[in-house]
Amino acid sequence: MYVIIAGGGKVGANVARSLIRLGHELTLIEQRRDRFERLEDEFEHQVQRGDATELYVLVRAGVTRPPDILLALTGDDEDNMVIAQLAKEKYNVEKVIARVNDPRNQAHFDLLGISPTICATSGIMALVEHEVPEHDLIHLLELRRENLEIVEVQIDRDSPVAGKRVESLRLPEGSRLISVMRNGQAEIAVGSTSLEAGDQILAILEPGKEDELRRVLLKK
Amino acid sequence: MKALVIGCGRVGSTIALQLQTEGWDVTVVDENEDALSRLGENWPGAFLVGHGMDTDLLREAGIEEAEAVVVSTDGDNTNIVIGQVAQKRFGINCVVVRVLDPARADFYATTGLRTVCPTKTAIDTLTEAVRACEIPGAKVPA
Repeated sequence: MYVIIAGGGKVGANVARSLIRLGHELTLIEQRRDRFERLEDEFEHQVQRGDATELYVLVRAGVTRPPDILLALTGDDEDNMVIAQLAKEKYNVEKVIARVNDPRNQAHFDLLGISPTICATSGIMALVEHEVPEHDLIHLLELRRENLEIVEVQIDRDSPVAGKRVESLRLPEGSRLISVMRNGQAEIAVGSTSLEAGDQILAILEPGKEDELRRVLLKK
Repeated sequence: MKALVIGCGRVGSTIALQLQTEGWDVTVVDENEDALSRLGENWPGAFLVGHGMDTDLLREAGIEEAEAVVVSTDGDNTNIVIGQVAQKRFGINCVVVRVLDPARADFYATTGLRTVCPTKTAIDTLTEAVRACEIPGAKVPA
């Protein structure tokens, strides 16, 4: 397939390297002269110098072919948003993936309909939460397109649901329990599954229902 | 009437002063607190230090009550994004965005953003000024 990558920093260059190894055709765009010159030694004609938010630079890189996918991976969120919008809305590139550098900008990407996005900071925070649970409800996965998320909740001794069956719980609308993990064994949560202190539960829910779910499962 | 001006450089500060004399209640936002000096010694409006991409700051600046938003930082892409946030998240009808690159200004104008391109204005004005010299033999376009 043909791929355009905007941004030749560590992320962009390594993605380019991996895609080339897999046999894909690509063009990498880098604005900074010093970086471009180093990249040119390695990527030769596959790297072009320019500002990927300029239309003629995108056209020169083959955006009108159009590419099978465009990756907006610069270190600047505003640039990534504009690159993604131009690719999708002006040049009808079907698949665009954008990098979010500052997680506080995620809402802007969402507002502009840019999806999927990838944010290293958010990913690291999710792992930290999973490894060292600071919170009683841990975000494991966000399904942006579906507008759903998967969270993990640990049932403790004081929990009002300890000893109860799933079917007897009054879960908030727009939420479901997926599985129950006990002594290292996971089981799909069904109506007759009963919950015990120490269980780790996976739940799927609409974003914003976290507090309601927390109240039902943990009474907090 | 409340107006928000984001980016207080030469352009933004002058627009802010102009709107203020025309009776608008103007709030100015800039990343750099030194930019306040561009508004003169007796700026009667509000001035907030911060980035226009920060929605909390925009709320604090009163964007929810604003009838007009002018986006004039020195970054085209920053302006394009902030302009769309003002339009789509806060529902402001009158959002005016400075975009120096004519190509991007044209494209975003087609998507419904009110872009103003000083570069294009300069090109037209300068070309017109050359024509106005009426050099003998120069072709005058119809």
